[in-house]
Amino acid sequence: MKITLPELSLVVLIGPSGSGKSTFARKHFLATEILSSDYCRGLVADDENDQAATGDAFDILHYIAGKRLKAGRLTVVDATNVRPEDRKPLVALAREYHCLPVAIVLDMQEQVCHERNANRPDRSFGPHVVRNQAASLNRSFRGLQREGFRHIFRLRTPEEVETAEIERQPLWNNRKSEAGPFDLIGDVHGCYDELLQLLERLNYEVRPNGAGIAVSHPEGRKLVFTGDLVDRGPKVPDVLRLAMGAVHSGSGYCVPGNHDLKLVKALRGRQVQKTHGLAESLAQLEAETPEYREQVAQFLDGLVSHYVFDGGKLVVAHAGLPEAMQGRGSGKVREFALYGETTGETDEYGLPIRYNWAADYRGRAAVVYGHTPVPRAEWFNNTLCLDTGCVFGGELTALRWPEKELVSVPALATYYQPVRPLVPVMPEAPSLQQAADDVLDYADVSGKRILHPRIGHSVTIRPENAAAALEVMTRFAADPRWLAYLPPTMSPSETSEMDGFLEHPREALAYYRNTGIATVVCEEKHMGSRAVVVIARDEAAALRRFGIAGEGRGVVYTRTGRRFFNDADTERALLDRLADAIGAAGFWEEFQTDWFLLDCELMPWSLKAKDLLIRQYGAVGAASRAMLRPAHDRIAAAQARGLEVAELRDTYAERARDAQRFTDAYRRYCWNVASLDDIRLAPFHLLATEGKVHTDRSHLWHMETLHRLAQHGDPLLLATPYRAVDLNDPAACASLEDWWLGLTEEGGEGIVVKPMDFIPKLTGKPVQPAVKCRGREYLRIIYGPEYTHPAHLTRLRKRGLSGKRGLAVREFALGLEALERFVAQEPLRRVHECVFGVLALESEPVDPRL
Amino acid sequence: MLLTLTNTRTPATDLGFLLHKHPDRVQKFSLSFGEAHVFYPEANPDCCTACLLVDVDPVGLVRGKSQANGGLLDQYVNDRPYAASSFLSVAIGEVYSSALQGRCNHRPDLVDQPLPLQVQLPAVPARGETGLVHALFEPLGYDVEATRLPLDERFPEWGDSPYVALTLNASATIKDVLSHLYVLLPVLDNAKHYWVGQDELEKLLRHGASWLATHPEKEFIARRYLRHQRSLAREALERLDVAEDDDAIEPASDTGETAPNDMASITPEEAVVEAPISLNESRIRAVLAVLDAVEAKSVVDLGCGEGKLLYRLLKESRISRLVGLDVSIRALEIAAARLNLDQLPPRVRERITLLQGGLTYRDARIEDFDAALAIEVIEHLDLGRLAAFEKVLFRCARPRVVVVTTPNVEYNVRYETLPAGRLRHTDHRFEWTRTEFRDWGRRVAEQHGYAVRFEPIGEADPELGAPTQMAVFEREAA
Repeated sequence: MKITLPELSLVVLIGPSGSGKSTFARKHFLATEILSSDYCRGLVADDENDQAATGDAFDILHYIAGKRLKAGRLTVVDATNVRPEDRKPLVALAREYHCLPVAIVLDMQEQVCHERNANRPDRSFGPHVVRNQAASLNRSFRGLQREGFRHIFRLRTPEEVETAEIERQPLWNNRKSEAGPFDLIGDVHGCYDELLQLLERLNYEVRPNGAGIAVSHPEGRKLVFTGDLVDRGPKVPDVLRLAMGAVHSGSGYCVPGNHDLKLVKALRGRQVQKTHGLAESLAQLEAETPEYREQVAQFLDGLVSHYVFDGGKLVVAHAGLPEAMQGRGSGKVREFALYGETTGETDEYGLPIRYNWAADYRGRAAVVYGHTPVPRAEWFNNTLCLDTGCVFGGELTALRWPEKELVSVPALATYYQPVRPLVPVMPEAPSLQQAADDVLDYADVSGKRILHPRIGHSVTIRPENAAAALEVMTRFAADPRWLAYLPPTMSPSETSEMDGFLEHPREALAYYRNTGIATVVCEEKHMGSRAVVVIARDEAAALRRFGIAGEGRGVVYTRTGRRFFNDADTERALLDRLADAIGAAGFWEEFQTDWFLLDCELMPWSLKAKDLLIRQYGAVGAASRAMLRPAHDRIAAAQARGLEVAELRDTYAERARDAQRFTDAYRRYCWNVASLDDIRLAPFHLLATEGKVHTDRSHLWHMETLHRLAQHGDPLLLATPYRAVDLNDPAACASLEDWWLGLTEEGGEGIVVKPMDFIPKLTGKPVQPAVKCRGREYLRIIYGPEYTHPAHLTRLRKRGLSGKRGLAVREFALGLEALERFVAQEPLRRVHECVFGVLALESEPVDPRL
Repeated sequence: MLLTLTNTRTPATDLGFLLHKHPDRVQKFSLSFGEAHVFYPEANPDCCTACLLVDVDPVGLVRGKSQANGGLLDQYVNDRPYAASSFLSVAIGEVYSSALQGRCNHRPDLVDQPLPLQVQLPAVPARGETGLVHALFEPLGYDVEATRLPLDERFPEWGDSPYVALTLNASATIKDVLSHLYVLLPVLDNAKHYWVGQDELEKLLRHGASWLATHPEKEFIARRYLRHQRSLAREALERLDVAEDDDAIEPASDTGETAPNDMASITPEEAVVEAPISLNESRIRAVLAVLDAVEAKSVVDLGCGEGKLLYRLLKESRISRLVGLDVSIRALEIAAARLNLDQLPPRVRERITLLQGGLTYRDARIEDFDAALAIEVIEHLDLGRLAAFEKVLFRCARPRVVVVTTPNVEYNVRYETLPAGRLRHTDHRFEWTRTEFRDWGRRVAEQHGYAVRFEPIGEADPELGAPTQMAVFEREAA
């Protein structure tokens, strides 16, 4: 006997003890596909035959079966299952996960079972047990179908069992191997003329083919109709002819719509209300032959409720489909695919209010559907409604897949008056996606999360770090819709062994040379505070692109996503001046954008760090100067008395100088800010503009481009000095070292060394996106006023960079992923999870001095 | 750190005997955290000055042994090597141990003789008013000269540093002077570089035996010396036989002093401006009354903080499901301890859950509750983020009843300690007038299908209203 199973089914083996279920299961299924009640009894009771453990054992069995079915894996239940009440929870389980329950009944003669059991020492129960089981089975066998089993197979002899073969059959909806390319067409509703126009735009050839219509595409593209071909419109039979031609010739697919199936019922003579345009369809079909009407009925009746295409990346269903139902087959799946789900309420037009499944959609597959007319087709949580209401005078819309281009033709007339006018669902938001994104969900950021940025490895966010990030995000961060990016941390160069230095460019250059990079860009590192600037051309553009109203044309935020300025006026003034500079440089036009995202340093340091300066730097400076100078004077007095304190005096003289150097070091980065004129902004990455993340450009391009921005004369903008260095040119490297020495001796913080390419194209170990190399004087702020003392320096050289470097690489990847997703207009949660991830990684304990 | 002691009674060089350090020698001592030198810049019959110079190894502070200290010693940019602190007390105890104990084998007669002594300390941490320095030393007979050091003369707008240059003059014994410094320097600093335990109590009693019992600031000294460990401080005072009653030492939180005081958390201490007990109690009672009236059986306390309100709600047996939600893990840990979660009887324990969650994130765990409370919470959100909270609460969670309380900013002028224009708490992002609150409440109610009423909490001023305002939202039938 050949047993054909749907590839995703719950196989329930049924038969008395000794009927050979376990042997059968082992022969035909993977060990991991089989869930045996005996085994589960053993798990909870250390004894596979302990009947007292049966209840708990089945709890476990059902639990595991549920997990497997949820994951879409065929599962075999190896238990006697002879009574309806044994099978009921299994059928329920299969229904819950939209899989088909299959019964395989091993209906052996009692004698066979008795003999087998007699040969097994662990089955010491009397013959009445098998007798009762067999009786139960016989009593309930006829009811299997009614219990919900769609496929029932009965094996009555050991020979039948021996010769049985099992074949697994893909579901009809599984077209994963079909990758198109496709042109998906929204609800046509009999609008044949518009359909022809649309197909012409899409370059299809449409020609008569006997009584039918043939349709083909020179590049072999295929049509996919999202259902509701019929009703309301003027040329229903022609539309059906075309669709049937496409489907029958293999150049197209079609999923059924609710109107299509109602038409089938009507054609088959069933009692249906001839409303919502059905009367028009029937009238038009009256003019056709009975044979044609029968063809139509058969065609529509045979349509598969939904399809999964292109390796699982694309799902098409008339009313959409939540992830848990995709690729599954059950009455509920079909019901949802045809009608969607309603909340049970009706709106002011008396139409049912639909459950907005797309708002909760988190699936990997893009879902393309129709059913609900919308004013325009818009991507929203990776779903797209293509029904743009052609029959109501809207448009007929197609989606080109995988290009994801939308093509529309306007309706030639309003063929039918909609009950509910075609207006945006949430008129206050510029797009459906933005309307849905006004609230983020805790479940999308909490707990352990694994993120998959397009560069580098996957990144794991630990729950405790997510918890820390949640606190920062909730209490301090700006509106998450602004936060399309957070900058990564940056590692210093390897520790220098050079006398008197903790860091030196030689190591930074050597690091990149050793990774195989030929050229680096070295940029002066400004000592201020990291600032990310989001700026739109005007407030309307900010609303359009970021979905934020009433917060101005942009935002300046810190590396933890916090607004840089507490004072909205200063922020606005700064953004206005920056916008002027962008305008003067012609960048709006050059980049064809109405917004920019810039990575910058904002000076002075004291603007943001004033509290820290007062609490820590100023205080330590004051205490050290106040104490070391008198100490030195006292030692000098002792020396004048002839005491042996020369060495101590020298030490304290140097310490007093160090205290002064420390004070000088932090003072360079402090000045009073009375107005915007005292602020300097040094942009160093032009991260993104509309439709583009500029990480495909070199750092040289970023520097040159941003220099052009600064050239237009606004003193607010600081052009960052930089040099490109050929790492294999010793003279260039030496000259770079001199440059650094000069910069840092004058009090500069140091330089940042970056590979020429923003994302270096290297294989093997991940490369640091940038390495900083800080000056000797500056480092007093980090390692203390007297760190240059040889005894201190020796110990400070022992520092480990690997933790910091690992973070830098991961945060870099996440930051860029956030940008890519933002630019691709993905749902906010997809952008936010990356930004949130950067913040979470920042809560990893690393030496804060690195 | 530098401690200078000067004696001007002839023969002034007697100081050498008392300190057990010869005036013509330079001595070096090894300490666990660095080293110390003692030398005399001046030593003649009329004037003799001894310097104790203490070097703290700044790298050792950070890289040294235990990381358990956390904050204070975790910074390379640290005032500890320079400012007189508990490190100096330890150095005094080690280097001048005989003098501190009042032993002088060569000249025992000198020990109890008061001398005209001058103490100089170039940088003593003493935040706030210099009045404290006077209050600590003057009752002990010192003539006090405390000069506040500027933070940075280049930036006068940064204000003063937390340090004073301190000169003390007194006629006193060396033993007393050293014991005063030993105890009072860490008190001024309000920090210790080591863990304070029972032995610290013994030290206080030993070094304060002769003077602490009669010092008018004894409670303050004991509390700070023992790092705000209330039980230790009480024990100290009991053993000094001066403890009066339980209220002699208030818990740290009531005095506005925060216990751990590292470099990172030294902020101007925020005075608790609201009369805390009565107003907080009125708020709790008002909330309980609302919950009672609407017969709430499931309640979620949004922004539950350290669980003061939860503690009371848990006593209401009508509430069978209680959730405390806060974004701060630390606050939730404190709440769990305060509520004694681990020790609760199972029937009580199963009624309460503490969850971390952010108020601007939609959260399925807070859906399906009779009542949600946001007690003194909204003012901690940026105004721009309030819209997200409204959606999370009124659109997504949609409890039957919502109670929101927030300060009435009009009332702030009644708080004498609160400077005009300042909000009641540093983390308050806004405080609303009664009109602003009502406008907000009515708009939110209208938008989300709730009915709202407003109630004052606390004693109302006829013109300014009550210190706290409450809005009670009830969901309207669909």
